[in-house]
Amino acid sequence: MSAELIVGPDTLQLRGRLDAGGAAAIWAQARSAVTAGCVVDASGVDYCDGAGSALLFDLIQRGARVDGLPERYAALLADLNPDKPLTVQSPKPHGIADELADFGKAVTSEFTLTMAFIGVFTADIARIFTARGKIRWRNGFAVASSAGADALPIIALVAFLFGVILSFQSAVPMRQFGAELFVADLVGLSLVRELAPLMTAILLAGRTGAAFAAELGTMKVNEEINALVTLGLDPFRFLVIPRLLAVALIMPMLTVCAEVIGLAGMALVMASFDVPLATSLHRATAIVGFSDFFGGLGKSMVFGFFIAAIGCLRGLRTGAGAAAVGESTTRAVVSSIVMLVVVDGLFAVMFYILGW
Amino acid sequence: MVVFDDVSFAYGEQPVLRDLSLRIDRGQVVAIMGGSGSGKTTLLKLIGGQLRAGSGRVLVDGDDVTVMNEAQLYGMRRKLGMLFQFGALFTDLSVYDNVAFPLRERGRLPESVVRDLVLMKLQAVGLRGAAQLMPAELSGGMARRVALARAIALDPAIMLYDEPFTGLDPISLGVTGQLIRELNDALGGASIVVTHDVAESLAIVDYVYFLADGAMVAQGTPDEVRNSTHPFVRQFINGEPDGPVPFHREAEPYAAALNLERP
Repeated sequence: MSAELIVGPDTLQLRGRLDAGGAAAIWAQARSAVTAGCVVDASGVDYCDGAGSALLFDLIQRGARVDGLPERYAALLADLNPDKPLTVQSPKPHGIADELADFGKAVTSEFTLTMAFIGVFTADIARIFTARGKIRWRNGFAVASSAGADALPIIALVAFLFGVILSFQSAVPMRQFGAELFVADLVGLSLVRELAPLMTAILLAGRTGAAFAAELGTMKVNEEINALVTLGLDPFRFLVIPRLLAVALIMPMLTVCAEVIGLAGMALVMASFDVPLATSLHRATAIVGFSDFFGGLGKSMVFGFFIAAIGCLRGLRTGAGAAAVGESTTRAVVSSIVMLVVVDGLFAVMFYILGW
Repeated sequence: MVVFDDVSFAYGEQPVLRDLSLRIDRGQVVAIMGGSGSGKTTLLKLIGGQLRAGSGRVLVDGDDVTVMNEAQLYGMRRKLGMLFQFGALFTDLSVYDNVAFPLRERGRLPESVVRDLVLMKLQAVGLRGAAQLMPAELSGGMARRVALARAIALDPAIMLYDEPFTGLDPISLGVTGQLIRELNDALGGASIVVTHDVAESLAIVDYVYFLADGAMVAQGTPDEVRNSTHPFVRQFINGEPDGPVPFHREAEPYAAALNLERP
């Protein structure tokens, strides 16, 4: 049964269930009908919870007098008595200047924290090479297998697709010039120099970078990181370093896999254009030079390193609560991809200057 | 073993601890009591060096934590054991591996000794039967007891307990209290128990400090506390809603919050 409101001259009669639903249904009507000094007859109320008492309280504040409210609900109404303040913290009003100041503070603190992270990291790397046996290889291998071996199927799939699409799309126009033989050159070079490292890195950023951020973020939220610290173990050396090394080392391997599978996809497409498999693979291997191959691998190593670093950094910087973990995961992936674009651009400039 | 000398600390602009001085000697179990948000957990973090005091000195076993560098802090933390408010077990390790973790990472003990030690510590908290469970399969109170076993695995000289009694059933409560006392007496170290649980902590501790709003308001032995006429202490140990401690957190006037201020 829901609430009912009967409006009379200088009286309001309330009946039925004054719960959240009932009170909401009659709230607007009761508010407009109430006048100073009118009497609210609540004797017909057979249920009244917090929402109901809020409605009664509101009517009282507008000058009404409540009559006949059953005794057992009086305590609820008394809880709203302003003599006993409840806890409401109102946020300070925020102007544009404040917003700008907050933004500036956020940017500068982000910058200093990132610098500190890089500093600590460099110092720890240096220490690894001086004091042996400090790296946790066992953790590293576990990470390498989940970030590397387990990523193979998806990387194979996307690399194959890349090879097929790229060669098909270029073969169709090139055939008009009778130059479909050169598709192998085009696809081989672009896969090895650019596309395979980049594609593998993007997949890894979505797969592993996000996983690192979520894992370390949850550990942070659960105070597991704190527990490590109080056990006298540096989370940086314990959690971050093995991940960084593992990902930096498996990235080139994954990239090689991606290249081989991409080229295989290309060769299959070319076979349908009547270019023998052996011919297209021979052309591809002939055009790709030593510097192209190792340039691509070096690049992928740097990509892997930064992806892991960003994932771990975001994870360790997670605030409190479940939403914070989601936020760091998102930011890890987004900043990883931005990083990929920037670093790839730098590599392009570097290779151009070096004449590779 | 732990000394606070005029320590102040603030999160940003919000002061949490004000000119706090206290001292915990070898062999003592000391309780820090106070309402929620009075700075108790912050105090523990200052000892562990996770937070740095704004001013004053924090001495742990004679060394000033506030001036240590990162490497010294990690060295100092090896003397500490800490029980976290919510356990903070490593969720991807089993109960057994959680307790074995500090032993494996910090000592170079053979695995058979680790095994004996782990089972001994689990036996002490009554959870030897749960050794193969994962933390997700434990209840809150059990997780806390496993965390206690992990914290005492290396028998640290200084034990910090953050709310060890919250959420325990009466039997575990009594056993945990006794365990804290016995460990401390056996190892001759020092223990700091941050707690709300008046009855249980008064039964086991040597000394009590009362914190309110980040400042020390009262202190004494359990007997002095029980007979104290200090209004704060009376209110706290009898759980009265009205007294020097406001139940309500600071807020704008209730009337304004309820939109009663109309022109």
